[in-house]
Amino acid sequence: MLNYVWAVMLIMGFLVGIMNGRAHVVTQAAISSAKDAIELCIGLLGVMCLWTGLMNVAEKGGLVRSISRLIRPAVKFLFPGIPDRHPAVGAIVMNFTANFLGLGNAATPLGLKAMNEMQKLNSRKETATDPMCMFLVLNTSAIQLVPATIIAVRAAAGSANPSEIIVPIWLATICASIAGIICAKLLSKLYGR
Amino acid sequence: MEIMNMLSSYAVPVIFLCILSMGMYKDVKVYDVFIEGAKEGIATIVRIIPSLVGLMVAVGVFRASGALDLLIHAVNPVVRYLGIPSQTIPLALLRPVSGSASLALVSDILKANGPDSFVGRVASTMMGSTETIFYTLAVYFGSVGIKNIRYTLAAALFADLISVMASVWVCTLFFGK
Repeated sequence: MLNYVWAVMLIMGFLVGIMNGRAHVVTQAAISSAKDAIELCIGLLGVMCLWTGLMNVAEKGGLVRSISRLIRPAVKFLFPGIPDRHPAVGAIVMNFTANFLGLGNAATPLGLKAMNEMQKLNSRKETATDPMCMFLVLNTSAIQLVPATIIAVRAAAGSANPSEIIVPIWLATICASIAGIICAKLLSKLYGR
Repeated sequence: MEIMNMLSSYAVPVIFLCILSMGMYKDVKVYDVFIEGAKEGIATIVRIIPSLVGLMVAVGVFRASGALDLLIHAVNPVVRYLGIPSQTIPLALLRPVSGSASLALVSDILKANGPDSFVGRVASTMMGSTETIFYTLAVYFGSVGIKNIRYTLAAALFADLISVMASVWVCTLFFGK
């Protein structure tokens, strides 16, 4: 999909540029954007290191375990299809916690483990179960404690207060999660298996 | 609102204090562990350099040619109705598709409009509150061989739409237009 998006943006860009008599401008834009990309990455490095470093301390300090314990009841409520004490619950809880702390490298393996465990409870192996759908809907609208990347981008762009969008992001994500949960619950009734 | 704005400004110091004191209490070698984690940050950035170069060139050419203005102009009547700033529409469309592409776009928007403008803040909030849906679904369902994903995409896209709208509401509430 991205292959098309990328090609269409470039082809449209160059075509429209030539038609607008901006051939020189688009050439310049291509070259300076490549340079900007590297400058952006250098600008991102400091803030990203700061947060991945701090979150590593959080992980080693046992914060993942404490938060996991905290959200376990909520997970049980959202995934009624999974029996108590099933390993899937643990993997789901740990995946949400890792996402919450922005530990991307830890979240993906845990998420795949959760899928694997849920697949064991699935009677029709090629069709997604309700818990799987709910898990992915929540996974794609998951709240993050420190949205590090966007703070870094804002800092690199010279914002006076890069972290001022933290609470707005939390609120917007909570809206999305609630909408996702309601939508998934309603649709699960509509789409019989 | 005052309290919410205070929460934003205290969030970072409080997170630092909590995590560091918890680490000290649990006898974690906090500095060593911090350094080890910071290395991961470098690895993450280095990994996205090639895609960011490719995508920022595409975004840069698309904007400099005037094609972006055409697109914004075309979607303007619809988004005016929804109250979404039209400059953020390409971001809202691309965010579910690709993380690095939206990173390239958001950095372009912040550069063109200023990070502390209303458009800049809405774009930042959108970027932070939405996820790359298509990639996540492909990887997770693919890993266990699920072919029929039923309503997952519909519900995920609905949540994404809500977070786009919510970004605009919340930023209007927090910072004013």
